[in-house]
Amino acid sequence: MRESVAWLILFLPVASFLAIGLVVRPFLNRWAVLAGYLTVVAVAGSFLLSLVALRATLGHEGPIGWPSHPWVTIGDFTVRVGIRLDSLTAIMLVVVSGVSLAVQIYSLGYMRGDPGLARYFAYMSLFTASMLGLVLSSSLLLVYVFWELVGLCSYLLIGFWYHRPAAAAAAKKAFIVTRLGDLGFLLALLYLFFHRSTFSAQGLDPFDIGHLHQAVTAGLLSGTAVTWLGLGIFAGAIGKSAQFPLHVWLPDAMEGPTPVSALIHAATMVAAGVFLVARVFPLFEASPALMHTVALIGGFTSVFAATMGMVMNDIKRVIAYSTISQLGLMMLALGVGAYTAGVFHLFNHAFFKALLFLGAGSVNHATGTFDMRLMGGLRRFMPWTYATFLVASLSLAGVFPFAGFWSKDEVLTEALTKGEPVALLVGVLALVGVFLTAFYAFRALFLTFHGEFRGGAEAQVGAGDHGANGSGHGKAHLAESPLVMVVPMVALGILAIASGVVANPPGVLGPVPSHWFAHFVVKPGGHFEEVPFNLGTAVLSNLLALAGIGVAWLVYGARRMPAERWTVRPVYRVVARKYFMDDLYERVMAGGLFYRFLCGVVDWFDRVVVDGTAEAIGWIGRNAGKPLAWMQNGQVQAYAGAIGLGIALILIVYMVWR
Amino acid sequence: MLTATVFLPLAGALVIALFLSRPKAIRWFAAGVAIVDFILSIVVFAGYERQAGGLQWVERVTGWVPSLKVEYFLGVDGLSATLVLLTGMLGLAAVFSSWSIQERVKEYFAWLLVLQTAVMGVFTALDFVLFFLFWELELVPMYFLIAIWGTGRKEYSAIKFLVFTITGSAFMLVALLVVFFSTGTFNMADLAGLTGQGLDASQLLLPARLVWAFFFIAFAVKLPLWPLHTWLPDAHTDAPTAVSVMLAGVLLKMGGYGLIRINASMFPQVTQDASLLLAVLGIVNILYGAMVVFRQQDMKRLIAYSSISHMGLVALGLSSLRGVGEQVSPVGLTGAALQMFTHGTITGLLFVMVGLVYERTHTRYIPDLGGLASKMPFIATVFVAGALASLGLPSTSGFVAELTTLIGTFPVWGVLTALGAIGIVLTAGYLLWLLQRSLFGPLPERWHHHPLTDATAVEKVAPALLTVAIFAVGLFPAVLTDTLRVGVEAIVQARFT
Repeated sequence: MRESVAWLILFLPVASFLAIGLVVRPFLNRWAVLAGYLTVVAVAGSFLLSLVALRATLGHEGPIGWPSHPWVTIGDFTVRVGIRLDSLTAIMLVVVSGVSLAVQIYSLGYMRGDPGLARYFAYMSLFTASMLGLVLSSSLLLVYVFWELVGLCSYLLIGFWYHRPAAAAAAKKAFIVTRLGDLGFLLALLYLFFHRSTFSAQGLDPFDIGHLHQAVTAGLLSGTAVTWLGLGIFAGAIGKSAQFPLHVWLPDAMEGPTPVSALIHAATMVAAGVFLVARVFPLFEASPALMHTVALIGGFTSVFAATMGMVMNDIKRVIAYSTISQLGLMMLALGVGAYTAGVFHLFNHAFFKALLFLGAGSVNHATGTFDMRLMGGLRRFMPWTYATFLVASLSLAGVFPFAGFWSKDEVLTEALTKGEPVALLVGVLALVGVFLTAFYAFRALFLTFHGEFRGGAEAQVGAGDHGANGSGHGKAHLAESPLVMVVPMVALGILAIASGVVANPPGVLGPVPSHWFAHFVVKPGGHFEEVPFNLGTAVLSNLLALAGIGVAWLVYGARRMPAERWTVRPVYRVVARKYFMDDLYERVMAGGLFYRFLCGVVDWFDRVVVDGTAEAIGWIGRNAGKPLAWMQNGQVQAYAGAIGLGIALILIVYMVWR
Repeated sequence: MLTATVFLPLAGALVIALFLSRPKAIRWFAAGVAIVDFILSIVVFAGYERQAGGLQWVERVTGWVPSLKVEYFLGVDGLSATLVLLTGMLGLAAVFSSWSIQERVKEYFAWLLVLQTAVMGVFTALDFVLFFLFWELELVPMYFLIAIWGTGRKEYSAIKFLVFTITGSAFMLVALLVVFFSTGTFNMADLAGLTGQGLDASQLLLPARLVWAFFFIAFAVKLPLWPLHTWLPDAHTDAPTAVSVMLAGVLLKMGGYGLIRINASMFPQVTQDASLLLAVLGIVNILYGAMVVFRQQDMKRLIAYSSISHMGLVALGLSSLRGVGEQVSPVGLTGAALQMFTHGTITGLLFVMVGLVYERTHTRYIPDLGGLASKMPFIATVFVAGALASLGLPSTSGFVAELTTLIGTFPVWGVLTALGAIGIVLTAGYLLWLLQRSLFGPLPERWHHHPLTDATAVEKVAPALLTVAIFAVGLFPAVLTDTLRVGVEAIVQARFT
């Protein structure tokens, strides 16, 4: 495979972004749907080339690397751009471009008639391009560049309907919260450059990912250096992948159009954090403290987010919390050293999570709302949406033999059988998460699709995407979504069923060799190690998932034990208020401590003390003339007296001084 | 060539003052002059030969004032060539942002062009007296431009600007006389070590630290560094748009340029000794400035304080000259110079956009604004692009400058640089908050029946020019850095090794 082909994967969506931004949007905005076709074609091209790249990587031992190109040189600081194509990249390319393709096609239907259509597809093209660039880059510095661009695109897309205050606020929140994490990533890069002489002594480039692996494996960096570097990088990953305590932006991010959420939650943006940890995995592995941090944050987040997913009434918020929880599971996997399992879960999760969001969008298309309290009974009107949503929920819950089961089971097995206290602890947390996940997933399913229809948008105006947008979908018209939306959903539905078993079958499955994924995606410098199938874990996790589904059925499906009866109000309140973390961050920290107090004091100091001093000096300057003018009175006696006094003074000073 | 670049605007100003009277003719004539001068500045920049390095485009008349050994001596190195380019570009942007000036059009454009000559002169003069003349010449047009065509407390702000700068100039005058009487030359190229040995601090009649401090005060006022910055928000707030563009875009850079060309190049030892001071002041600028920004309700004042925050990076980059051990890396200083250029284009752009909004709404009070994006998509788009560049988004020049400065300074001042890096979060905070409050959300009731229109073709010239510059440098930084680093590396090599 030639290097230009790899670059083309990135540049196709860049080209469609430029074409839309510079030609379609300014000159052909009447035919804005052209932008949609351009995007679909470009992303489809990237997808096909990604498959080519996957094939090329399959037949290749180790990463395919081309010599990088210098981009800018200043003194001993050189930024090089290049491509690193290894198994992780190849898998991510397929996931990103594949999910993006489904989302773009779906958007053709979902966004039809929106006045900002061209702008929408321009952003989507750039979003896809940035994520593709992120996974392709061979330099950590370049990863950071695309990392920020991914953040930019999510800002633009979350705030796509900028006239809605909530959207504008959510966009800003997403950018700033993730940027807090990015600060850590940036400092890690600065710290890497600080160690440049260590690298250059061996002919290595400190920012090159492959060279970083080599340096860590060869022990060039001290333990402390590795820990600091890892912590900085992990801070970036916490922000992007919405891990505790920087998870707060993701639930709000649903203010963007629903297909955007599908892309953010499945393939771009949040996946970037997990990807980054996997990318520099040797670095994390070199420090047990780092690994434990990753595992504990991931494990805690997976349960913490799941509890909030149980109480949300907005279908997109439920799915959003499930994303945070599942990302926690991936982090946890990486933290216990289960590299392959973590990436495998990222892979499977992308399909069923995108599908869940597309389903939520389809439901919104019909009802005009996202509030599950206003839905109900939709399975009769929207059979395809129901079927695909059911499949995705089963996959999310990790029920055998759906896709989610295969990767979740590997994570659980590795965590529980590793024989380390931390791994065991997070393994148990993950098991709790399995139960909670199954519960909230099916709570959403039952509330939305079962029972009787409860009025949709007409019961509460302005809850949905289109409701507030005023483009005519505000009223409920209960019917299945158009084909252009259903087809991508069905395609993803098939993947949500099969991606697990087909990609990593326990035995030979037609053309697919046994454990294909696990053989292919091994950690850098590592080799395939079979994780022995553990029947106990599999049965236990399935029982827990079924129990969660059962409880959800009793409470929300059959209504045998309505939620009102057994809810503990105070606990419910705390969870529904998201553990008061939004209040803590926004009111206490940002609004109070930072804005009112810190900025207020500094601003007061600037106005009163600094500027006041300047004013005071100015006043002295203006008025100092008066006493001086009095001295120049023109009388010779006075001058003589002054001279005499002066001479006497000088003499005294001279005597004393001597 | 340099003479033409420097004095063309002055000649244009004379023509306007003497021969033209119709406002339309004056505008287009001024635009023509600015365009030609911009082209000249491109020629100066692009024609600078990187391989050869050193001083180029030199123009020298040795016997200008023989009795005082004052020469007419112009020339550029890699550093000043980029600043000439910046001045040419912003001069053009300034003229095109002045289209709506109705009052005393003739004087206005004449002064604006005089200002451009003065700034060009500062960046190219290599004789100390000539440098000082241009430095002082800049004050005259600035004073009138703010005091006559400004808004709000314009006389107060103009005087405040004048008093602060002249106080600084007084210190500079003393310092440069000390240098002259100690060395017997006004030749800045020799003193800075661009040609010849450079100033020998032991020759000085006064302690080198004192002379350094005098220069430093003059340039710290201009940059501005805390606590000498309070003239800036007032001047910016009350100045007309184009003057804010020039002020933020190039006048502040005179301070940074002076620090590099004079303080760092002539007094390398003192600069190294004072590097902790520079780093601390840089951090104070970055963080303190950013915190004050959060409290601002006036869009222009907000951008003005963000300028202070951003110029902290220049001081921080300078502080990297202390080096690690005996090694001094040019990265941090290049970052500082790069930051000067990018801040000029980015903040210039932001002031242009604020001006366009103000002309339509007649208010800069942020709580009165909101939802403007739906009425003026072009202005909103470019405003957003400018804000993103200002917060250092990759693919814009802001990122390149920020990263280069931080990466160059971190090995020298680890903890301080890490503190400064917090600025990237704060910057994102206040700029996105500004966008949210002014451009996004629903359009307030009061603007519903207001004819808010998008930018006209003439108004689009300056934003388009600056946006292109921002992305060009962001995507292909080598265009700029390859010339810039020739200048910076020569300074580091000649004076810091």
